[in-house]
Amino acid sequence: MPDLCCKAMLRLEELKIPNLEPVNLTIEPGECMGLSGESGSGKTRLLRAIADMDEHGGQVYAENIAQDQVKAHEWRHRVMLLPAESQWWFDTVDQHFSAQAKYTEALGFGQEVMRWNISRCSSGEKQRLSILRMLSNCPRVLLLDEPTANLDSSNIARVEDLIRSYLSKHHAVAIWVSHDASQLERVSQQQCHLSDGELKQVGAA
Amino acid sequence: MKTELILLTAPDLMLASMLVLALIGLGVRLGLGVGRTLTIAAVRTTVQLLLVGLILETVFSQAKLTWIMSIVLVMMTVAAWEILARQKRKLKGWWGFGVSAFSLFISSFLITLLALIIVIKADPWYTPQYAIPLLGMLLGNTMNGIALGMDRLIQTAWQQRAVIEQRLMLGQKDTEAIREIARDSMRAGMIPIINAMAAAGVVSLPGMMTGQILAGSPPVEAVKYQILIMFLVTSGTGFAVITVLQLIIRRMFDSRERLRFDHLLRESR
Repeated sequence: MPDLCCKAMLRLEELKIPNLEPVNLTIEPGECMGLSGESGSGKTRLLRAIADMDEHGGQVYAENIAQDQVKAHEWRHRVMLLPAESQWWFDTVDQHFSAQAKYTEALGFGQEVMRWNISRCSSGEKQRLSILRMLSNCPRVLLLDEPTANLDSSNIARVEDLIRSYLSKHHAVAIWVSHDASQLERVSQQQCHLSDGELKQVGAA
Repeated sequence: MKTELILLTAPDLMLASMLVLALIGLGVRLGLGVGRTLTIAAVRTTVQLLLVGLILETVFSQAKLTWIMSIVLVMMTVAAWEILARQKRKLKGWWGFGVSAFSLFISSFLITLLALIIVIKADPWYTPQYAIPLLGMLLGNTMNGIALGMDRLIQTAWQQRAVIEQRLMLGQKDTEAIREIARDSMRAGMIPIINAMAAAGVVSLPGMMTGQILAGSPPVEAVKYQILIMFLVTSGTGFAVITVLQLIIRRMFDSRERLRFDHLLRESR
């Protein structure tokens, strides 16, 4: 069914990583897949394989472009992984942005945030800034590893709204890892659960 | 006016050794814990230098290419091992040795060769009085530069592996993700020789020049040689550090621009 293939935004075919059954998965444009599972079940390793950060078997397609068809850094520019703990290596916020920052207000920052010193940022501020940094690169696929773990409830709502509107506006897709079942209910159209080395659909309709 | 070289006799050296013995004695008395290492180092320097003196005397009188090349080989092998021994994180065996030896070869060896043939125009080019000390000086400095640059690169990259991976995740190229660390490592490898050049003659009199003056050369002649050596040593060290950093960075990432310390380092357990 070629029509269906062309529509798919992110497709995993027999993706193999150690201690996990091969994963087959399709996410349609504008959709978000929620991913849950115990710590150590392989959620992060799965995201790393999709971003091509670790060796793996099988194939991943984003907008019908196979992972190994493009250079690794081009792939990661499209398929961007947001790690659970963000890293900062220069002194000020703006030095970490390769493009004009967008959506600063949507996450509750003023324009002056770009001049902030990294050493003065709290862990929650860094987490929100790392989401801005990711989105300013305009990725097509967002791999979000517990993106709201350090945030208070009002900022959690801001991040959820921003990601939702980004996905629908750009027809992008996301995989959202979280331990909070109600959050995954709010943000995702389909949900998967990782346990005992197998990825299972949750409440498939 | 030509001054004769004053020859040192065994009693002269004995007198100097008394100073070291006095130092060892004082160290032991104050319980500073340097007695043992100092004794070993003093004995080592005496035995090693006497042996080298004997060997060089034979080689100088023979001036055979095969002899000189085998000495060169021994010097380079020892230098390559020394570089590896000074690394905090151990590189995978033969690969690490190969990288050190290769960069020593293309810097120290080739530059010595160039200097002998084009600048000094020794006849034959392998005249041991020129070849051996020149290579020795280049090897010693290059070895330091490589050891420092390599250690800084691998240590920093290891400590900042999360940062490097974060930069890769943001779509940066592997060379971009490690750029600042590479720059830093280059500086670390070059600092000793840059300091030596800046301080030469003002803060310190370089060893070779001092030796030549002590042996009766006119100071200006000694200075000319020293400038030659400084330039050779600087370019040798620079090229060697660049080569080593490039080779290690290439090995640190795989074809899919992933950080791969498992390719680079021996498993630590």
